[in-house]
Parts: sequence; C-alpha cells; structure tokens
Amino acid sequence: MIPLSWYLYLAAGLFALGLFGAVARRNAVAILMSVELMLNAVNINLVAFWRYLAPAEIGGQVFAIMVFAVAAAEVAVGLALIISIYRGRKTVAADEINLMKW
Amino acid sequence: MSFWQDPIAVIGQLILDLLHSLNLPEGWIVFIYTLISVVAVASFGLLLVIFLIWLERKVAARFQDRVGPNRAGPFGLLQTFADMVKLVTKEDVVPEKADKLIFNLAPILSLIAVLLIWAVVPFAPGWIGTDLNVGVLYIAAVGSFGILSVLMAGWSSNNKYALLGAFRAVAQLISYEVPMLLTMMIPVLLARGMGMVQMVTVQDTWFIFLAPAAGIIFLVSSIAEIGRTPFDLLEAESELVAGYHTEYTGMKFGMFFAAEFLHAFTVGVLFAILFLGGWRGPGAEEIPILGMFYLMIKGFLGYFVVMWVRSTLPRIRIDHMMAFNWKFLTPVALALLILTALLDKIFAGTALRLPALLGANLVVLALGYWISTLMSRRQAKERTKFKKRPVAKPA
Amino acid sequence: MTVEQGIFLFIGFVILFSAFMMVTRSNLIHAALYLVLVLFGVAVLFVLLDAGFLAVVQIIVYIGAIAILMIFAVMLTRGNVTGEAISMNSVFGWGLLLCSLFGFALIIMLGQWPGAAALAPALPANWNEVSELGVALVSPQGYVIPFEVASVLLLAALIGAIVVARPPQKDE
Repeated sequence: MIPLSWYLYLAAGLFALGLFGAVARRNAVAILMSVELMLNAVNINLVAFWRYLAPAEIGGQVFAIMVFAVAAAEVAVGLALIISIYRGRKTVAADEINLMKW
Repeated sequence: MSFWQDPIAVIGQLILDLLHSLNLPEGWIVFIYTLISVVAVASFGLLLVIFLIWLERKVAARFQDRVGPNRAGPFGLLQTFADMVKLVTKEDVVPEKADKLIFNLAPILSLIAVLLIWAVVPFAPGWIGTDLNVGVLYIAAVGSFGILSVLMAGWSSNNKYALLGAFRAVAQLISYEVPMLLTMMIPVLLARGMGMVQMVTVQDTWFIFLAPAAGIIFLVSSIAEIGRTPFDLLEAESELVAGYHTEYTGMKFGMFFAAEFLHAFTVGVLFAILFLGGWRGPGAEEIPILGMFYLMIKGFLGYFVVMWVRSTLPRIRIDHMMAFNWKFLTPVALALLILTALLDKIFAGTALRLPALLGANLVVLALGYWISTLMSRRQAKERTKFKKRPVAKPA
Repeated sequence: MTVEQGIFLFIGFVILFSAFMMVTRSNLIHAALYLVLVLFGVAVLFVLLDAGFLAVVQIIVYIGAIAILMIFAVMLTRGNVTGEAISMNSVFGWGLLLCSLFGFALIIMLGQWPGAAALAPALPANWNEVSELGVALVSPQGYVIPFEVASVLLLAALIGAIVVARPPQKDE
C-alpha cells in the first residue's frame, strides 16, 4: 500500500519544479509548459486527497476535471497570444517582450 | 470445458497453476500473469500483420486485375517473410543531423499506439486483455500517441518534406478525430456504458441498424485516421516524397508500415465491435472460439471495405478534405449525437426504438448531404459570378 | 515492497526526472517531449489512484491536445527551435532560491502533518466511477453550474484563440 504522503511529496516536488520553470525560463512557450507542470501537481493532490480522505464524495475528481478545462483554455489562449506576438516582434523570449515596461 | 472450445481459458488456468506451484507472493503472480497476457495479445497483433500484408496485396491485385504475390510459397503466402528479410538486411540509415533518440523512438511509438488498442478488444466471451470501464475513451486516448509519433518522426528527421508531411498529417489526424470520437459516443449512448464487453453483450440488434449514419461516418473518419487513400495526403508522394517517414529505412520504416496495416485492420475490428455486434453470433456464448471466428469475419469485412475504397477512389485535395470534415462530417455527427440521445431516451424500451433511430439517422444523413451540396453550389456560383471569363481570340 | 509501491517509485522518479529535464533543456522540442513524459506519468498515477477515467482524459486532453499544441507552437515560433543561446532569464538564481525554499517548506510542512501517513480506504461497493462522475457533473445538487461555466469558458477560449492568432486579413 502506498501512503498518502508519497503522492503529496511527489506533487510538492513537481510543483516546485514547475514554479522554477515559470519563474526562470526565457521562452514564453516554456513558461506555459511549466504552468502545466504546476497544474498537474495540483491535480495529483486533488485526486490523491479524494482517494484517501473522501472516496465517497466525487468532488475531488470533479475539481480535477475543472482543472483540465482551465488548462485547455489557458493553453489555447496562451499559445494564440504567443503566436500573435511572434508575428509582430519575431521573438518569444519573455524578457524581450517589454513594450509596456518603462 | 474442453480445450477446443476455449483454448485461452485452459492455457490461462495452466499458467496460473504453474505460478501458484512456484509459491510466489500473490502480487507477483498477478503481475507475471498480466505480463504474459500482454505479451500474448501484442504478439497476436504483430503476427496478424504478416498475414494482413499478404492479404492486402492479394486483394489490391485482384482489384487491379493482377495476380499479386504468387512466387514465395503456396499462393505467395511466404512473400511477407521474404519482404521482412529484405527490410531487416537493409542498411539502417540515420541522417547526420537527425535527433537520434527521437528519430529511433518514433517508429516504436507508432506501433505501440496501435498495439495498445488491442488491449481492450473483446475477442470472444471472456477473451479480453482488460475490460476497462472507459474502454471506448481509452481507444481515443491511445490514438493520440499515434499523432505524437508522427510529429516526432517528422521533426527529428531534419528534413523539410518530412516536417511538412508531419504538419499535414497532424492537421488531418486531429481534424478527423473529432467526428470519429463523436460517432464513437453514439454506440456508447446506445449501450449505456463505455466498457467494450458491455458494448458487445447489449447488441441484441446490431448498432449498425440503430445508427447506420454514425457507422458510415465512423468508418470514413477512421480511414482518414489511418491515412489511407483517398485521405493519404500525409504521404502524397508527388508532393511530399513520402511524408513523415521519408528518412526512414529498413526495419524502422517497416514498423511504420506494419503499424499502418495493423491500424487498418484494427479499424475494421473496432467497426465490428461498435456496430456489427462484435463476437456475437449463433453459438458463440457456449463455444468462445466461434466468437473469435465471428469477430475476425466481421473485422475482415470492415477491412475489406477499407481496401475497396483504397483501390477505387483517387486522392482528394487538401482543402476538400478539410471542408469535408468540418462542413459535413462534424455537423452531421453532432446532430446525430443529439438526436440519438433524445430519441433513445424517448423510445427506450418500446418497439418504436429501432424505426425511430433508423429513420432519424437516414433523415440526418440525407439532410446533411442536401445542405452541403446546396452550399457548395452556391459557393461555386459566387466564385464565378464576377470573374471575367478569358475570351479566346484568333491569333 | 509490493508491486504497487515499486510502480509508484519508478513512475515518481520518471516524473521528477522528466520535469527537471523539461525546465532545464534549451531545446524546446525536447522540453515538450519531456513534458509528455511527465503527463503520461501523472496519468499512470491516476490509474494507481483508481481514477481510470481521469487517467484516460489526462492522456486525451494533455498529450493528445495540449502537448501537441505546444510542439506546434514551438515549431511555428521557429527562431527558437534548436536551442536558444540562453534558456534562462537573468533572475534565474533568485528563481532557483525561491523554488527550492518553497519546495523544502512544503516538504517540511508535509512531514509535520499527522494525516499524511493515511492509507487508502476501500472504495464503496459497486463503485462505478464513470456514472458517479457523470451524475455529479449534471445534477443540480452536484456541480452543474461549474460544469456549464467551464463549457462557456472553453467556448470563449476557443473563439478568443482564433481571433487572437488569426493573421490580419487584407480586406479588413
């Protein structure tokens, strides 16, 4: 049997890695990927808590599905923005997209 | 139960007894037993390919008024083995600038994606890799590995034609996945569940009678999924050399090739399970091996249709292909899904269920066809309306 | 160690390793493929957690759609395909510090939480995950409003993505 803590440790590690990617990567697509890592870490937690603490309530799985929907929407809009920016400025490096910075 | 009626159950019991006699812990017995069944199902698929390639070549030859392979062995049955020897002994070329790891992984992934489908195929009563309660969805899920393998192959080859072919292929595969999934949901609605075993056991009337339009759309979009003519734009040799597997040689190409053939037959088997009642047939419940026989007959029927279409139709243009999907198949499949859900709920348990569903299917198909021809005619008219026609002048 | 634990440890290692590779590779296609590996690993975890439906949806949505979209985006923004000169931005040291602190804090907190050692209770008898989930998603006592809002969100995102990404039309 796997104790709940294993899943939580794994999710914590995954979340921290995703956070690092989102903070430190230069490429906007890579930042989006790192955000996906964090969302997945959250999903692992949601499903693990559902399974270990409240298996009779389906809520944990419903929340995971909501995360799927949000992730799909986020990626679609995010990549559209990135492609649109690339078309205008020929770069996707996040620190070069600084028109609104003073 | 005798060996000849249900060989799989007998052999399975033998292996289980053997494992128990080794005094292993229970978890390991389950693990090893599962591993053995995985290997058995996968090798069944791989062995089938050898026969399928021979069959396809024979049938295609008959369509083109040729004889087909007839030199190696009786009826040319050993031809595929000769081909395999040829492929294995060929030089294995990897392009200098290729991304080696991804380049080598792609053909394996493409074959795995197809073999994984066989894990949920119910061959006969009790003969199934695993009866997932989300079987139909699982089939859709493993299909995405196929798309991934195409993209990996196209990108890692470091070849413009391969990359363009991969782009085209992915656009086509993703687009045609939409009507395929929608029509796969219709048998799910009718069977009240996504499990493959349940799908077969509830089909007292074959679903092709309850949902003929869905069956046709499923078959058409599946042909596009496997990239066969008339949807073989992903390897249109006059435009793209050979598409995403341009750079592949020897057995790596052979893997793509085998995956494509197996996928074509798998589509036939899926069509048989979803719409033609799977292993159902006289006496199949008592004698499982008969069920296997029926499933194979039905599967080859679907496969034959795929081959027939392949030998009959020319390749269609890429914009026509996309328009056909988004302007005809997808709307019709959506309408069918909603109508089926409504009618099946209204007429559940009454004698009117069959005629109502059948009628609705035919009406939707006819309406869809009528509207799409109307639209395309209007479009053609608008295209030509304001155009100055070139006038032939005497020189 | 049971077979289940062995599978978990292996998959956990694969997930963390691929996640690490994903955030550090400068070749974005490799990063995207490592992302696929992470997503697949998470799907396996869902299977271990008796959430088969979520596992399959994870593969369809994440690998079949999101990861492929990512790869497409990487290829369309081609200047950066084969590796940028610098894959990290100038403050990545601070990011490393922040994330390792955050990660350690999480792990220490988890270590002190007594509930973390819980084992999975048995699922209710006759458990049918798919129908439970389906009923919960559309019943008024359940989650019908979040479900509808999510579908509106997806539609809005779909239209928005098309509008944003479409090249400017000549005749407009």
